[in-house]
Amino acid sequence: MSTRRTLRQAEPVRNSRILAIAGERGANVVTNDDIAGPIDSSDEWIRQRTGIVTRRRADADTDVLDLAEAAARKALDSAGLTGADVDAVIVSTVTYFHQTPAAAAVLADRLGATPAAAYDISAACAGYAYGIGQADALVRAGAARHVLVVGAEKMSDFVDPTDRSISFLLGDGAGAAVVGPSDAPGIGPTVWGSDGAKASAIRQTHPWSALRDDPAAGWPTLRQDGPSVFKWAGFQMAPVAAKAMAEAGVGPEDIQVFVPHQANMRIVDQMVKQLGLPAEVVVARDIADTGNTSAASIPLATERLLAEGQASSGDLALQIGFGAGLVYAAQVVVLP
Amino acid sequence: MAYTSQEILEGLAEIVAEETGLPTDAVATEKSFTDDLDIDSLSMMTIVTHAEDKFSVRIPDDEVKNLTTVGDAVKYIEGAQGA
Repeated sequence: MSTRRTLRQAEPVRNSRILAIAGERGANVVTNDDIAGPIDSSDEWIRQRTGIVTRRRADADTDVLDLAEAAARKALDSAGLTGADVDAVIVSTVTYFHQTPAAAAVLADRLGATPAAAYDISAACAGYAYGIGQADALVRAGAARHVLVVGAEKMSDFVDPTDRSISFLLGDGAGAAVVGPSDAPGIGPTVWGSDGAKASAIRQTHPWSALRDDPAAGWPTLRQDGPSVFKWAGFQMAPVAAKAMAEAGVGPEDIQVFVPHQANMRIVDQMVKQLGLPAEVVVARDIADTGNTSAASIPLATERLLAEGQASSGDLALQIGFGAGLVYAAQVVVLP
Repeated sequence: MAYTSQEILEGLAEIVAEETGLPTDAVATEKSFTDDLDIDSLSMMTIVTHAEDKFSVRIPDDEVKNLTTVGDAVKYIEGAQGA
């Protein structure tokens, strides 16, 4: 009779951190005046309700993968790594046109990261923070040494120019982060969750099957119940962000940077108020120029703060993503 | 203990004043939130959230569109107490 052998499990790694963050914005600057006509609105109305002055949108021949690749290449360069160093690629997107295969597998191939594990996640505007949470867990569990997390969206493919609920907010872009092992803790515990009872608060107008069954249904676009989403995000997300700080063992006075998902400047302002962040905390307000880029907004806003010198390597940043699902995720990270 | 309609009006006026910068005496029963007080849909949600906390009531999102005037809100909150 043979004796059963004891399995070996992956050796855990004590700490992880974000090694680099980079971004790629849509090439075109779209002003409020450019889009105000079909929604019978104005530059003033859009600024007052959203804080958006311009949004960035990609060219027709640029797709989600192109944006993702550009951001990923910059992030790998910044980390001093190549595709060959990447063990896992996670892409968060809700605007990739293929049901399968995943954008991540194609991206991994483009980056020379084959045979890295590669998969997409669908967590809308919370997708980047979901991805960072997964990457942190993968690295610390010893399942991957370097994980590439990319939030990539071409939201302009799903806008209805006549929609007054969400379309005018949306922009295109991709943000990428490389997560790897670290001597010191660099990613706090992820506080995440969902509330599917509010699935209709931010939604696709109709499923793809409706278009198959009746071509007259037309191309699906996005809609939201703006005031409901504002109330949820502005008031219920602050406690989630506060919990992320508490679980990381820090308080508002320890945070240098706050990077909420760039959904609407009014939500950003309300969250800052609810969290009671000190005036010295730098608050990401990239939405004013870039618009709401869903899963790309947090890394794009972070990348900008670092590039413009408003934030520095080593700063503690509180980040929180929230959106369609509804889903949310928050964590405190050390900026690369 | 339930709040009287007068107490709700006064409390609501303070919340509206805090959100909009308007004087509390501008927040009268017959005033329309949008047309008279120039409160947009997002500010209205902020006011509703603070009112829920202050008066310990639930105001569903779907109900908010029916609260046209300050008086409508006072009446709704009064009825929702203890519910």
